[in-house]
Amino acid sequence: MSSFAIWRAPALSLLLFLLFVGVWHAATLPTVGQQTVDPEYAKLVGAAAATGQKTAFPAPADVAAKIWTHLEEPFYDRGPNDKGIGIQLAYSLARVLLGFLLAALAAIPIGFLIGMSPLVYRALDPFIQVLKPISPLAWMPLALFTLKDSGVSAVFVIFICSLWPMLVNTAFGVAAVRREWLNVAKTLEVGPFRKAFRVILPAAAPTIMTGMRISIGIAWLVIVAAEMLVGGTGIGYFVWNEWNNLSITNILTAILAIGLIGMALDQILARLTRLVTFPE
Amino acid sequence: MNDPLIKIEGIAKRFLARDGAETTVFEDIHFGVEQGEFVCLIGHSGCGKTTILNILAGLEPASDGYVFVGGREIRGPSLDRAVIFQSHALMPWLTVTGNIAFAVNSRWPEWDKARMRAHCQKYIDLVNLSGAEKKRPAELSGGMKQRVGIARALAIQPKMLLMDEPFSALDALTRGMLQEEALRICAETRQTVFMITHDVDEAILLADKIVLMTNGPHAKIAEIVVNTLPRDRSRHDLHRHPHYYRIRNHLIEFLVDRSRAFGQETAAGRHDPRSPPVVRPGLTEDSPASEDGMPVRPPAMPKPLVAVVK
Repeated sequence: MSSFAIWRAPALSLLLFLLFVGVWHAATLPTVGQQTVDPEYAKLVGAAAATGQKTAFPAPADVAAKIWTHLEEPFYDRGPNDKGIGIQLAYSLARVLLGFLLAALAAIPIGFLIGMSPLVYRALDPFIQVLKPISPLAWMPLALFTLKDSGVSAVFVIFICSLWPMLVNTAFGVAAVRREWLNVAKTLEVGPFRKAFRVILPAAAPTIMTGMRISIGIAWLVIVAAEMLVGGTGIGYFVWNEWNNLSITNILTAILAIGLIGMALDQILARLTRLVTFPE
Repeated sequence: MNDPLIKIEGIAKRFLARDGAETTVFEDIHFGVEQGEFVCLIGHSGCGKTTILNILAGLEPASDGYVFVGGREIRGPSLDRAVIFQSHALMPWLTVTGNIAFAVNSRWPEWDKARMRAHCQKYIDLVNLSGAEKKRPAELSGGMKQRVGIARALAIQPKMLLMDEPFSALDALTRGMLQEEALRICAETRQTVFMITHDVDEAILLADKIVLMTNGPHAKIAEIVVNTLPRDRSRHDLHRHPHYYRIRNHLIEFLVDRSRAFGQETAAGRHDPRSPPVVRPGLTEDSPASEDGMPVRPPAMPKPLVAVVK
């Protein structure tokens, strides 16, 4: 019974998935319509277009086949407009990680400062409140103009969008460190650096990590849009390029890949958060 | 006469209310703690007991007055005065050994790992926590957590120990056990202790001197009760000693009646806050006179046991 109970949720998930694929399959079954065009023209454009098939939306089997070809050769490079999906994802990941790490390097020390000093908090609060709700993409033209490089601008946009959750969470976590732990450090005459690294950092680590998890999620959301704008490489560019190619199968493949990578990033950060979380 | 280890001279705490009016929680507090002495401070909630302890610890400034330790005025916290917090205040991300090592490392940063470990182990054994070294606070019971707090405070070998109602958050059984341990540890280490409590029996069991505080605002030290029970005490036969009920009744009578209306007693002008009367109710037979000739109220008749005043 108990072993059955463990499998109930996955079984239901599988059932839902099969149901979804089934409906999708049924909805995209080819319906052979009347040949509406001249046979010569039909030869030229292909049967589907000529017979006026109900939809050009790919069937699940088409997408599965496409995924398979991508999996067989994820890293091919045949010129600027034809790179494997693996290469594109690697470009996006590299931008996200670079922007995210730069943001962490800035946000965590500044967050510490804000959290420890009510004066700094009150002084910086209006700036943070104004800057935080700005869509990261709104920075793009400014970045392109000042940085004069589309790749660097994309990283900058990631930097800006990952900055705020980490900054706000770090400040909150540091400010919320329990008074009694600080009092212990005080009565033990602990120096400021030791206090910061041995008391405040471990106490605030779970909150800081939660901020990092939110940040990487947002960064992964934003990179697709940013790369659609800057172009050249990356999964966002890939999606836009395949839209121009009208290859819905490729777009669906890319959407699935974006989802899977996003989930992986979130899971990694969740693991790290669990490592620094302490039970009370 | 030599100055006591801790000398408190006229400390006061005042707060400015929002409307600009000043509230005096306590003022004109004078007393001393001798080397090796166990002093308990008893008073009702709100009379500023914890604030006095925080001032001694250096965590809070006094609005007025001075505190001298070993003849020097204190400025801020010091490793010489270890604090045992009511809420144990252990760091949950560190193990038992880690929590103690954090304190030991603060005191002797130059020690190597082996020496540190051995020192921590000594104090873990002292509080009977052997076997729980690698546990984190979340895995410990309330009593065990407070033992770690005691070990952490003792491990830095402070000149004096400050305890803020250390056992009040524990259940009665655990509290009794820890009180006996505190008694044993203090006897072994001859540690100077200043403890805040509102438990009369705890004070009689542990203290050499019991400082009585009147109710706030404008709280003062009313009297200093000398515990005349022999130092070699145990929780089990404490109540058989003839002094026990005299001291207990004196304390309870103070907490129930006199702490509230102490202002009327002082109105007569006989009370000098600079040297509050020292009384020995344990020695008074029927003639109510303390050693220094100050009149004290007749000790209450050994009436039926009144429950511990909370």
